[in-house]
Amino acid sequence: MAEQGQVKKFLYINRKAPHGTIYALESLEVVLIAAAFDQDVSLAFVDDGVYQLKKNQDTQTIGSKNFSPAYNALGDYDIKKIYVEKESLEARGLKIGDLLDLKYEDDDYAEKDSIQVVESAALKKIIAEQDVLLNF
Amino acid sequence: MDTLHTINKSPHERNSCETCLRLAEPGNSILFIEDGVYGALKNTAYAAALTAAAKGFALYVLAPDLSARGFKQSDLIDGIKTVDYDGFVDLAISHKRVQAWL
Repeated sequence: MAEQGQVKKFLYINRKAPHGTIYALESLEVVLIAAAFDQDVSLAFVDDGVYQLKKNQDTQTIGSKNFSPAYNALGDYDIKKIYVEKESLEARGLKIGDLLDLKYEDDDYAEKDSIQVVESAALKKIIAEQDVLLNF
Repeated sequence: MDTLHTINKSPHERNSCETCLRLAEPGNSILFIEDGVYGALKNTAYAAALTAAAKGFALYVLAPDLSARGFKQSDLIDGIKTVDYDGFVDLAISHKRVQAWL
């Protein structure tokens, strides 16, 4: 783990759809906890993980918590780097417009997009820059 | 050394092996453990993809998991090495990070 005052790069890799298993909710909770420790946190959504960011999720009729609005809070936790793998998105017939419109505020309080759609070639470089990789 | 990837699920059940091969950098190491060892065998539907990948990565199988499932070194795709538990530890500490595909 990080020594005192040392900022490490954490990448959370999410590869599971949101409601069939508990992985997605657990990941979101761990991410929000870790963000409170002032680490350099980024998130990647790969394979069925891209479904976690789908707009208009409504779990009323399945009796489980709809945690999808909580992704909007990531910007407030200073999480500005949310990578979605292009190949995974396209394989599922989705476009960036189908995903939540996640924003963060930069130093001048201007709203910026948090989600970046990246090809696998770019994502593999991002993985290779990290200190810690956490999988959900 | 760069990244050590571990795969613990059969490629016949999950796509973790496929995604690992897509997102690992050339020169990375991949270690097959638990049910992941089924992905390292010859004559499977996934053997061709892994045989091609074997050229770009260092591939390892955890021997106790292989023998537990009734297979041996000669059942593995050519170029894949086996390691014991101590070898697993050596791999983990000789790489900068571990990516444990679920």
